[in-house]
Amino acid sequence: MVQKASRGKVEFVQTVKAYGASVAVAGIDLRIPAATYCCLLGPSGCGKTTSLRMLAGHEAVTSGDILLDNANITLMPPAKRGTAMMFQSYALFPHLTVVENVAFALRMKGVPKVERLIKAQEMLKIVDLGTYAERRPSQLSGGQQQRVALARALIMRPSVLLLDEPLSALDPFLRLRVRGELKRLQKSLGITFVHVTHSQDEALALSDLVVLMNSGKIEQKGTAEDLFTRPRTAFVARFIGAHNVIDLGDRAIAVRIDRTMLRRDGSADATRREVTVRTVEYAGTSFSIQLVDDRGSELAALISEQSFRATPLTEGERVLASWAPADAHVLEGGAR
Amino acid sequence: MPLLSTTDKQAMTHYARWTSYWQAAPLAAVLLLFFVLPLVVTFIVSFWSYTGYSIEPDFIFDNYRDAFDRCIVALPDLCTTFRTYLSTLRFCLAVWLLTLVIGFIIAYYLTFEIRTTTIRLVLALVCTIPFWTSNVIRMISWVPLLGRNGLVNQALVGAAIIDQPLDWLLYSNFSVLLAFVHLNTVFMIVPIANSMSRIDRSLVEAARDAGATGWQILLHIIIPLSKTGIAIGSIFVITVVMGDFITIGIMGGQQIASAGKVIQTQIGALQFPIAAANAVVLLAVVLMIIATLIRYIDIRKEL
Repeated sequence: MVQKASRGKVEFVQTVKAYGASVAVAGIDLRIPAATYCCLLGPSGCGKTTSLRMLAGHEAVTSGDILLDNANITLMPPAKRGTAMMFQSYALFPHLTVVENVAFALRMKGVPKVERLIKAQEMLKIVDLGTYAERRPSQLSGGQQQRVALARALIMRPSVLLLDEPLSALDPFLRLRVRGELKRLQKSLGITFVHVTHSQDEALALSDLVVLMNSGKIEQKGTAEDLFTRPRTAFVARFIGAHNVIDLGDRAIAVRIDRTMLRRDGSADATRREVTVRTVEYAGTSFSIQLVDDRGSELAALISEQSFRATPLTEGERVLASWAPADAHVLEGGAR
Repeated sequence: MPLLSTTDKQAMTHYARWTSYWQAAPLAAVLLLFFVLPLVVTFIVSFWSYTGYSIEPDFIFDNYRDAFDRCIVALPDLCTTFRTYLSTLRFCLAVWLLTLVIGFIIAYYLTFEIRTTTIRLVLALVCTIPFWTSNVIRMISWVPLLGRNGLVNQALVGAAIIDQPLDWLLYSNFSVLLAFVHLNTVFMIVPIANSMSRIDRSLVEAARDAGATGWQILLHIIIPLSKTGIAIGSIFVITVVMGDFITIGIMGGQQIASAGKVIQTQIGALQFPIAAANAVVLLAVVLMIIATLIRYIDIRKEL
């Protein structure tokens, strides 16, 4: 069997970005294996976009190094790195047609007109826009524009494709579809995708490697399952969502909301806590129950429709939230 | 029962249709009174007849014939009118090229090199400082600088770079060109900077990402996207220079002919009909230049 050589091994080595006194990226170490779908996840201002832009070469690195396929690219201009970027607002050239947009990089390299237009047309076919070649970007829908931007980036045959919030401008239905397409594309090209997002759904659904960042540092990295089942800190548990962060005094634990049970009998102890039902929301296949304990911290429980019907809960009711000891995951650094 | 009957709705749309006309009416009236009417009067008067002491309503083409007095028969030699227009057009072309290059560079610097809005605003205001005083004062201020005993000559002679003062610094094509460029560059800067400020910065980054060099970004992204600003600035500069007689008069020491100056002289001699005819010809020439410009650049997109 012929194995396509996979490309796009990325390494950040103690990479720092500082703007004067304020530090955007505080010395990250990250190794992304070749042909990986990697999501940089985090709240706004956590340094994920800055990291992406440093990898792209649009932001100078303050100190540290960035390697791509074992070559140090820290000081290289963007086009020499083997990266290609897809911008958040797509940044299509409004005065050029779709096919000219896609052929732009080849034109800059001095590829003859006929040759570059043929190549661009082929690339447009890959993203299913073959018939839109002569249109202007403004005549396309958001989803089509996004595919033009994708084609324009891929024509450079990058080892790493960098996507800056690629789905944020699309409506929810399209977002799900495009998400699937991106993943398929990454698999078939055998290159690395680095995708910046603040949506944990997106990151969990797409990634081989999730990198969760917080205030310029990597909070946790691993597979989507790692992050979801074994959040390292309270920040991770809260950001990934669907976890209750419970302060037990000497330590803090995370319990998945679907593993949090509600019962009426018994008394509070290490695996039980008295809570009041605040709201009950119907969520289709289940019920989402928002709770608040006596200290005012909020909890939630996700209860299957069946068990909710068996013992309905009403708002304002006092119950016990409990969890199996095996489901309690101890967090580093307490509940903060 | 519906809140509004069909007839009410019709009455309202009828009313709304006329509202917009009323809203546009004041400006339309101003334009009509101060722009269209004088133009129409000029056009009509250009067919009137005149003598040394009177002007008669008439419908003759003599004024136009006089304006191009023996121009066709004298070809290939150029008649006075053709030579005047040629000289005016040459000035126009030179001023246009210089203001375009200088204005583009300044606009580029203001938009892409200055990073803080405050400094950009301050520098843009600095560009307008010459306009805080009158056109004529601005021109006259060049005299002590460029004159035979002016600062420039004194400095050059003093530094022993030349032994005789330069004569061509003032009351020459050079001084006219200098004054034109000085007076008109800001008309290029403003619309071009306006166009440039609308260019999304991520386009520049996307071009760099695609391997474009600085020059390629300028050529393939910034110039095409500043085209409308360039066109609007060009229209300002071309119309001002084509019709000018004051700058050419003062800076040229009343020695250089221009299409505008011909008209001014004729008005001075109270020969209104031929002045009107020349004005109509000048207007036609300017309109043709602008029409050519607009053929290449669609400025409606920007407005």
